Amino acid sequence: MNGEADTTRWDASTPVTVDLRLSVNRDEYPITVDTRETLLDTLRERLDLTGAKKGCDHGQCGACTVLVDGRRVKSCLTLTVTLDDREITTVEGLADGDAPHPLQTAFVDHDAFQCGYCTPGQLCSAVGMLAEAAAGWPSVVTPDMSAAPRLDDDEIRERMSGNLCRCGAYVNIVAAIGEVAR
Amino acid sequence: MTTTTPSSVGSGLDRVEGLDKVTGRARYAFEYSPRDLAYAVPVQAAVARGEIRAVDVDAVLKYPGVIAAIWYGNAPRLASDDGGELAVLQSPRVAYRGQYIGVVVAETLQDAREAAGLVRVEYAAERHDVELRADHPGLYRPEVVNPDFPADVEQGDPDAALAAAPIVVDAVYSTPAEHNNPMEPHATVAAWDGDGLTLHDSNQGASAVRDTVAALFGMPPANVRVISPHVGGGFGSKGLPHPHVVLAALAAKQVGRPVKLAVTRQQMFAVTGYRTPTIQRVRLGADAGGRLTAIVHEAFEQSSTIKEFAEQTTVPTRMMYAAPDRRTTHRLVRLDVPTPSWMRAPGETPGMFALESAMDELAIACRLDPVELRIRNEPETDPESGLPFSSRNLVACLREGARRFGWAGRDPAPGVRRRGRLLVGTGVAASTYPVYRRPSRASVRAEPDGRFTVRIAAADIGTGARTVLTQIAADALRAPVDRVRVEIGDSALPTASLAGGSMGTASWGTAVVRACEALLEELDRRGGDLPAGGVEADADTSEEIRGQRRFARHAFGAQFAEVGVDVDTGETRALRLLGVFAAGRIVNPKTARSQFVGGMTMGLSMALLEESVMDREFGDYLNHDLAQYHVAACADVRDIEALWVEEDDPHLNPMGSKGIGEIGIVGTAAAIANAVHHATGVRIRDLPIRLDKLVR
Repeated sequence: MNGEADTTRWDASTPVTVDLRLSVNRDEYPITVDTRETLLDTLRERLDLTGAKKGCDHGQCGACTVLVDGRRVKSCLTLTVTLDDREITTVEGLADGDAPHPLQTAFVDHDAFQCGYCTPGQLCSAVGMLAEAAAGWPSVVTPDMSAAPRLDDDEIRERMSGNLCRCGAYVNIVAAIGEVAR
Repeated sequence: MTTTTPSSVGSGLDRVEGLDKVTGRARYAFEYSPRDLAYAVPVQAAVARGEIRAVDVDAVLKYPGVIAAIWYGNAPRLASDDGGELAVLQSPRVAYRGQYIGVVVAETLQDAREAAGLVRVEYAAERHDVELRADHPGLYRPEVVNPDFPADVEQGDPDAALAAAPIVVDAVYSTPAEHNNPMEPHATVAAWDGDGLTLHDSNQGASAVRDTVAALFGMPPANVRVISPHVGGGFGSKGLPHPHVVLAALAAKQVGRPVKLAVTRQQMFAVTGYRTPTIQRVRLGADAGGRLTAIVHEAFEQSSTIKEFAEQTTVPTRMMYAAPDRRTTHRLVRLDVPTPSWMRAPGETPGMFALESAMDELAIACRLDPVELRIRNEPETDPESGLPFSSRNLVACLREGARRFGWAGRDPAPGVRRRGRLLVGTGVAASTYPVYRRPSRASVRAEPDGRFTVRIAAADIGTGARTVLTQIAADALRAPVDRVRVEIGDSALPTASLAGGSMGTASWGTAVVRACEALLEELDRRGGDLPAGGVEADADTSEEIRGQRRFARHAFGAQFAEVGVDVDTGETRALRLLGVFAAGRIVNPKTARSQFVGGMTMGLSMALLEESVMDREFGDYLNHDLAQYHVAACADVRDIEALWVEEDDPHLNPMGSKGIGEIGIVGTAAAIANAVHHATGVRIRDLPIRLDKLVR
């Protein structure tokens, strides 16, 4: 952390700020953050990275899902002050230059969204989920805990159930992820 | 030589904004940040009924970053104040718990949120009444039900017909309050520039928001611009402006700076509308052959004390089945509850749950197959109006669905099929939704580079509107889709009707086709001479729609469900859902399938999960977040398939299309409840189908 929190003038209503360096989509952002600030609000309100969405602000819908050091997290439940020196990837950082990530292409091909508001979270969650499965992490529906999990539709549905989609695109989301996973 | 451009309508074009949505480039309302902006966080009433005595504004202003704390006592007065839902901060009265009674504006979101949580409000609380009952003394007959149907319709002598009927079903069904919960919470960014107001707002119709807000602030509509290029779902809850829009505009006016305001997920359960709970009594009389002789459908519903919203719950019953003697009624009670509003297929969704459950009960009472029962009661003409149907292919949907689903040879005996731990059963229900069309305007410009720009203040809330309008325009212009750009979601564009009532494509598509036709005529007249600035033509469909012939216009469908119910826990899973629809010409099979499947998914969610629980003690919806109000998650949705039958209906619109955004949710819950009865022998007449209702 570049600077320690300045708590000398602390009282119940005075915001506490901290200087830190955020790394988002391989860009560095030196920034002073309010310690109450969530990663989601920092991304959306401070860095103009509005891809991560606020659907509930309570970790219940998954629309804010981003990757921190390659693992999926709910950015609305993550305080920015905890992320100094961590590598953050948002939906804006999934593409390889102008070439969309295979999941992004598959989502368009399979019409795996309608309004598009849960989509950035679904995509980041899917990237994280594929890495978890590749690392051999079982889920509650994995039949054999000792074998490498096979990402059939049941596995994908289970592992993607932290990301709500009110338009009801689940059938197409599972098809899109399945195409990339298999 | 003639050249032909292959028809785009009918092809599964990918969503034209698809790449923007998967890369995070598509911006939604709250994602616009004007310079010098401030954040507004609303304060909600903590009592369900009463009066605000005082708000300690000075204390709030001492908190860091706070710019203003606004309530009735210091708020600007609106130009028009009908005392209703949008008369925000215009009265000290509290009409329901959670009502917006104030707002804190601060430099940062954190400051505003902290300060809003510390606002001290003094109330004179009064006793509240928040419980809907079929015997509530306050029940009355509304003048009309949404949007303008008579509350009661009676034909023949249904009481005598019921008394004489050899077979009678008489049952009470109920559906809970349900909340729309689009993934994008309602949000408004308001910026004043002199007497002009710009709103980046999440809504289902920019023109309507403009007109409503302009009237509230006493301005000509031209002074208000509403910009909404992408909308994260609405399902009816963004069809009409809700209090937050007014609150954002008021706050921005008061502080003289642009203001951003997002409704929180929790607040959405109070201030952005919901589906009224219903209690419905259905009585069906039939002869031994299952032919209906009498239909009586009575609904009891609630609204708030500040707005009458009377849902048209029994209206679909007026045209579904033939029966000479019939009565459909609505009774409403005004309670100290949040104001209900539109939620996907208002009326049809709860009403058809009751009617189609009752039809299943009648099939059992008549020892008839439920598919056959419905076919036997198919009317020749609209039973209420006597008008011919422009097209009605319910029977084709039932037959095709039965064939695809493997319905033939179904053993009707309930509670006899075991598959491992599951009791398995199948059910069927009919779907329907009316075909509406409203006047709209559109313009189209032939650009000098050979491209076309179509402009219309339509809304794409996830329906695929931008995509299908591109296809419709391309065909009307006889041009390939990649030469057509459609601009929507901005009240500065030609005025258009709402994305609601499943009428978007029909209404906007008609205007777009007429504008394209006018442009081609103009280009023809010019003999290919295109000036440097391009050529523009426009259209207004008011007259065309006023002059259309009278028909009973409705879409139909049949839904089939297979469920498994755990024998020990009562946990119900929808193993398989199949919907077959007859909805005119399908403009884009890819996005259409998503609409149907999405509606059925919401129907599954309604059947098994969704229920807003009223807290009688405190008077608000208790489970007001997505951890407690359950909507279907990925693992809840297994096998859902949607198909359609060919339907050529010349009495609709230039596309020959019927609306498809809502019909998918109609009937799903009944098909599932009927399948649960087939699986278990337990008839669930009270949604949702919870474990505790099955374990006895």
